[in-house]
Amino acid sequence: MKSLEELRALREKMRSQTDNRSVAADGETVIKVGMATCGIAAGARPVLEALLDEAEKRRLHNVSISQTGCIGMCRLEPIVEVFRDGQKYTYVYMTPEKARRVVAEHVVNGNVCTEFLIGEN
Amino acid sequence: MRELALNILDITENSVSAGAHLIEIDVLADFAKDEMAIRIRDDGCGMDEQMLATVCDPFTTTRTTRKVGMGLPLFKFSAESAGGIFSIRSEKGKGTEVVATYRIGHVDRMPLGDFGGVVLQLVTMNPQVDFVFTAQSGETTGKLDTRELREILGEDIPLGAPEVRSFLREYIQENLVDIFGGRL
Ligand SMILES: Nc1ncnc2c1ncn2[C@@H]1O[C@H](COP(=O)(O)OP(=O)(O)OP(=O)(O)O)[C@@H](O)[C@H]1O
Ligand SMILES: [Mg+2]
Repeated sequence: MKSLEELRALREKMRSQTDNRSVAADGETVIKVGMATCGIAAGARPVLEALLDEAEKRRLHNVSISQTGCIGMCRLEPIVEVFRDGQKYTYVYMTPEKARRVVAEHVVNGNVCTEFLIGEN
Repeated sequence: MRELALNILDITENSVSAGAHLIEIDVLADFAKDEMAIRIRDDGCGMDEQMLATVCDPFTTTRTTRKVGMGLPLFKFSAESAGGIFSIRSEKGKGTEVVATYRIGHVDRMPLGDFGGVVLQLVTMNPQVDFVFTAQSGETTGKLDTRELREILGEDIPLGAPEVRSFLREYIQENLVDIFGGRL
């Protein structure tokens, strides 16, 4: 079984490594997932997991992913907000699959997934 | 909610919003007695008596975006529909403690679900909060204290770093399997 000794070893390894993660795009992208009761009940947790997993796999350096409270549109949850180039994009009725597409298409390649945006469905 | 782990996440988000610095979360199972208990305790802003008296009534909330708070009523319902008891204690300026108990074998008891995933999410997504998790089944107890983890990692490596996150995912999962063995 894993022990905290391994965490100590991991720390030493991380300290000796230079940061070689690649950059997502110019400027930072901020992603927020609604994590109030309404979001959690609608499946926000797997959506957050998918975003973190995708960012980790792609070694996205310029992306910060965090949680937020109720966005005030409970019927449209899970909701993911993407802040980029001074603009806010609100993705609604998210699933883990849609979240992975948002990372691949919007965050990495700069193509907004218009079909998932609020008002499109 | 379809998993008690999601209720735990939701109730803990209340503690985070209440400005807690330390949040303790216990999941205690006694299979011989067919009982389990979930306890969430924080040192956040707390509630006054009037707020506390009405908080389990879904038409009370301090929120401005929407009128009805559902988190506590749903957690209460999860316990009371599975032969258990719900209780909440709070003191303004001191903190809050929420406890829910269950009959493990009750037909309407929801499964614990992905508690390990919830622990991982809480630990890695809340850099400003410390957590102590206790999982207990009979003689076996497991504890995870983020203060201990932070001490090992030092100031420069956050708990949310991808490498740390993947270590913690396995560490938490292995320990939970060892303690509950998928029986909850
Ligand atoms: N641990 C806590 N510390 C301080 N206040 C709390 C705590 N838990 C709940 N409260 C108060 O009780 C209210 C009701 O909580 P509840 O979780 O039921 O609904 P909510 O958080 O307002 O909305 P949601 O339905 O999104 O959870 C909160 O808005 C908050 O004011
Ligand atoms: Mg709540």
